[in-house]
Amino acid sequence: MNDAAARNFEYLAYGLSAVWLVLLLYVLTLVGREGKIRAQIESLKRMVEDREKR
Amino acid sequence: MRQKILIGIGLIAAGLLLRNIWLMLTNLPDEAFQGAIFRIIFFHVPAAFTAFLCFFASLISGIAYLRTQNLKWDAFSVSVTEVGLAFGAANLITGMIWARIIWGIWWTWDWRLTSMLLCWLLYAGYLVLRRAVEEPTERARLSAVMSILSFAVVPFVFFSIKWFRTQHPQPVLYGQGKMDTGYRAMLYGNWVPLLLFAIILIAVRMEQERRQRELDALRREIHAF
Repeated sequence: MNDAAARNFEYLAYGLSAVWLVLLLYVLTLVGREGKIRAQIESLKRMVEDREKR
Repeated sequence: MRQKILIGIGLIAAGLLLRNIWLMLTNLPDEAFQGAIFRIIFFHVPAAFTAFLCFFASLISGIAYLRTQNLKWDAFSVSVTEVGLAFGAANLITGMIWARIIWGIWWTWDWRLTSMLLCWLLYAGYLVLRRAVEEPTERARLSAVMSILSFAVVPFVFFSIKWFRTQHPQPVLYGQGKMDTGYRAMLYGNWVPLLLFAIILIAVRMEQERRQRELDALRREIHAF
């Protein structure tokens, strides 16, 4: 394989990786947001329960 | 049950994708002038199609919200817009990587590239707008208007290579353009797993919007005490 063909394959690999990296970053954003929402719901539910007991 | 269906869709998408990558690397020949880098088109174009489909869905849900005032349409709209932006980013980045090899530059201000970037920025603006408005119904109304207006750019992006003389390659899937049937089959075949991934992401994002509404209701309950 000559240099140009090798460079061609190298950039193809970058391209394919880039697609999955972008989607992975979005999935990680979703996971982070999910954790935050769950924690907030739990803490608010506890707050409501505490107030109802009083 | 819903989670099992999503996992099933994910497994099918992953299987199809692995099969496609294997076939495109082992079965399909290099393109005569571009060499191996041509294969990037099998992700670049389906990512654009997925993004445009998501933006179209955002347009429809924007109209549906304005007609019905049902916040479920707003949840759907923000979900498809976010997923569309992710696929739009994948499209822009893969295009830049291809351009670096074929044109020798990462970017040029040509009609197609510039309009796609503008389109992406408009939909990113939609998300910024949502963060700026606190009141849910006002946020949904303004977002619906913004998504309807933003879609005006999409046909321009799609047809810019037909309407203008661009550095970006001319259309190969419609009009005078031609593409080898093997390449064409791979291009559409690879769109299927990307669409399936998009469906999963939209479903997960919509569930988060449902939880967010639950959270907002709890907050209101606490303030009412």
